[in-house]
Amino acid sequence: MADQQFESVITDEMRAMIGVKGEETVSELTTTSVRMFARSVGYVDPAFYDEAVARDRGFRSLPAPPGYLGTPIYNPADSDPTFGGRRGSGGFRSPYPLVLNGGTDIEYTGEQICAGDTLTSATALASLNERWSGALGVPMLIQVSETTYTNQNGAVVAISRGTGISYPRPGD
Amino acid sequence: MTDAVPDQIYFEDIDVGDSIPELEKSPTSQQLVQWAAGSGDFYQIHYDTSYAQDTGLEDIIVHGALKHAFLGELLWRFAGPEGQVKRVQCSYRGMDPAAQGRESAQEKKFTLRGTVTRKYTEGERNFVELSVEGVRADGSVSTPGTGTVVLPSRG
Repeated sequence: MADQQFESVITDEMRAMIGVKGEETVSELTTTSVRMFARSVGYVDPAFYDEAVARDRGFRSLPAPPGYLGTPIYNPADSDPTFGGRRGSGGFRSPYPLVLNGGTDIEYTGEQICAGDTLTSATALASLNERWSGALGVPMLIQVSETTYTNQNGAVVAISRGTGISYPRPGD
Repeated sequence: MTDAVPDQIYFEDIDVGDSIPELEKSPTSQQLVQWAAGSGDFYQIHYDTSYAQDTGLEDIIVHGALKHAFLGELLWRFAGPEGQVKRVQCSYRGMDPAAQGRESAQEKKFTLRGTVTRKYTEGERNFVELSVEGVRADGSVSTPGTGTVVLPSRG
């Protein structure tokens, strides 16, 4: 079926934001935060809970489970009360009101990420695309953001790519 | 109860097309609250039924990032104590509800599966690529993805 015709909402200003890094966010990993994350996923591996086991396995301290890249340092002056990160970080705002999380891709460099680490991250818009959603009967804006995480020694530990899908309220 | 630490598997023991041991989850509202605290994401659609319904959802839904983390655990267990998880990627193709109240957690069973698609060596590191998926109790796939792990060699 051919795509429905629709008017693009991508402007030159939006395209100019591709590749431009936003403000830095600082995130911490502590023994308590690693245990809490591991517990919430349901891990039973003692390496996430017992520092002696973690060290025996070659880790500096409790290792971060896959998906855990620290907790942004919270400060009510500039943190988002719902999501915890810096308010307005990332820079790009879609003109559409409704948002879905489209996907997550995290690639690790192989550097250990452990309790005691502090990670600094910066996010840049990587791409913008549009397509028609047959299911919802509305156009969708698909934005991919790329975030690079660097540890306290200046080593890049991970790169994550998040896909956000925004769209108008059907019927509007 | 699954083994806390699975036996180590080695690069030589893996072939393309192999299925890896499955991981079964049954996300409950309690787990979503634990995840909210663990991840820092306190968006109300994940623990407040009325709020979720006001946004057009049928009920509270499992966080996408928690499903990504489940796939991370699947790969962590496959890689074993001497392996490493190198990459975890997935798409969120559909919403997954969480078990609440007296509802059986088993009704909201969410199974994580993986199949080896490629193996190769770069330098001294042995990589295994997989196709992975999160599967609902009715067998439909809500969370397809890919993963890469580094495995030790018997050599």
